[in-house]
Amino acid sequence: MFAFIIARLLQSIPVLLAVAFISFAMFAYIGDPVTAMLGQDYTEAQRIAVTHALGLDQPFFVQYLHFLWQALHGDFGLSYRLARPVSELILERLPATAELSFTAAFLALLIGVPMGVYTGIRRTSPISRLFMIFSLVGISLPTFLIGILLILVFAVLLGWLPSFGRGDVVHFSHWSTGFLTLSGLKSLILPAITLGLFQMTLIMRLVRAEMLEVLRSDYIKFARARGLSQRAINYGHALKNTLVPVITIVGLQLGGLLAFSIVTETVFQWPGMGLLLVQSIGVADIPVMSAYLMLIAVVFVVINLIVDLLYFAVDPRLRASGGAAR
Amino acid sequence: MNAAARILDSDFLYGFRRSPVAVISFLIVLICALAALLAPWIAPHNPFDLASLNLMDSLKPPAFLPDGDAAFLLGTDDQGRDMLSAMMYGTRISLFVGILSVALALIVGIAAGLLAGYAGGAIDAVLMRVADVQLTFPAILIALLVDGVVRAVLPREFHERAEIYVLIFAIGIALWPQFARTVRGSTMVERGRDYVMAARVIGLSPARIMASHILPNVLGPVMVLATLNLGIAIVTEATLSFLGVGLPPTQPSLGTLIRIGNDFLFSGEWWITIFPGIMLGAMVLAINLLGDWLRDALNPRLR
Repeated sequence: MFAFIIARLLQSIPVLLAVAFISFAMFAYIGDPVTAMLGQDYTEAQRIAVTHALGLDQPFFVQYLHFLWQALHGDFGLSYRLARPVSELILERLPATAELSFTAAFLALLIGVPMGVYTGIRRTSPISRLFMIFSLVGISLPTFLIGILLILVFAVLLGWLPSFGRGDVVHFSHWSTGFLTLSGLKSLILPAITLGLFQMTLIMRLVRAEMLEVLRSDYIKFARARGLSQRAINYGHALKNTLVPVITIVGLQLGGLLAFSIVTETVFQWPGMGLLLVQSIGVADIPVMSAYLMLIAVVFVVINLIVDLLYFAVDPRLRASGGAAR
Repeated sequence: MNAAARILDSDFLYGFRRSPVAVISFLIVLICALAALLAPWIAPHNPFDLASLNLMDSLKPPAFLPDGDAAFLLGTDDQGRDMLSAMMYGTRISLFVGILSVALALIVGIAAGLLAGYAGGAIDAVLMRVADVQLTFPAILIALLVDGVVRAVLPREFHERAEIYVLIFAIGIALWPQFARTVRGSTMVERGRDYVMAARVIGLSPARIMASHILPNVLGPVMVLATLNLGIAIVTEATLSFLGVGLPPTQPSLGTLIRIGNDFLFSGEWWITIFPGIMLGAMVLAINLLGDWLRDALNPRLR
């Protein structure tokens, strides 16, 4: 298993290098940092001095290595828009996005799995039909539209929940959390539902399809023949075996959550990384964009690795073969 | 039996008539397409004709509400534009961007897929690695970043005019890997068939074999994928426009209209957001259902 992890890590290195290369190309060739820093009037000597100071007179590969070295140290330069270090900006907003994404994923699992199990076991009941219609709407409606509808109903018409911002947050050195205050929790509800709804419906449909598949199989018939209770069969035998594909999709979707948090954060003016990215794209703030791209790539690689490790925890066949089967 | 009668008698149409979901979805898509296509002739007002706009007409509620004006069936926005007309033109733009970006993804994906599947070796490895890396990221993120980069490259004065093509490019690039993978898979199967061998023996060029012999045989699954991707493309465009990095208010798609309306949600003018929202939701839902049905109908194993 250890060898497997190492192999996976080695596989992800070319991906990260490729993404870093794109980030670097964006950084180096889009816009002209020299004129951006010098403004309108400058002499040729000044231009050469700044070009030298930025290292732009170095050969291409030296610049790329330099960029990699700095990126490894979390240094992505200054934001053109806010004139502050990009790493500082992103770190400041990381907690908001992390809390939102994890709450959304948690909600999606907590509600999606039971709904999937129910619709899988009672295929024809009216409640199952209702769930299926609900899931169709959840999959088809764009995220931002769901957010707007929720704001209209729960913030504008009913006035129960706030429609923007994070509420009051508590700071712990670098981390800020909205989990500990009432207004923070209230602000989290609508964005988390908006973000989690697509995943929730996806998980529900997936669990349902897997349950239907598994309930037809021989070992379920055998369990029934042994006289096990329906409950033990459904949860002890069937549900357990639906979990492998569910983990794959949920894990991969966690990355999707990060991407869709861009949309949700804009709808709810949630002060996270996604909102920062959208604001940066609007004014072509390249350093922020390339740093975000790098960060997302790292997150995706880590998520994929965790998903692979979870397989071992869930599927005993993989543990037996040491992962060679994959 | 002539061609028309044969089509009418086909399994395909029989299955279609027997499926209420497919018929209703098809009707919704048809209505949207007609509204979009005929907007310049059937829309009650022209939202782009600045001379006809009157600020006195701004923020009028729909005609069926107490303060409504019969001239504006679904109300007006903040500039006095008729919502119904704006939505028809908006659907036109949304469908235009959606269809062209899927077409771009199709062209790039088919070319890359044929090449990778037929040539194999290093070309295959490189193309598919690129596709794999891109597939790890959600399409919306790719489209957002491509859009951002192209914006940064283009001079500012071109932005408004070029934005629609920037969007088509960004979304098309975001969607190509799926097509490439599908085509590659089928091409690798077809490559070993006798008719390809025969074509090679006659001495046809690889380009000719790919384009006129293999392509027609791998097109089926690609077309289903294209239908499903049309929904994704339309939603992606609407999302980018909603985020403010898509189409400007002077050239509003459904997403732009929803963004404009979002500012007025709190003052009670819900119709500016909700009507385009319903239109977008219904259209995408119908396209997705139709795509699902098409996939099942064309899959011989499910019959």
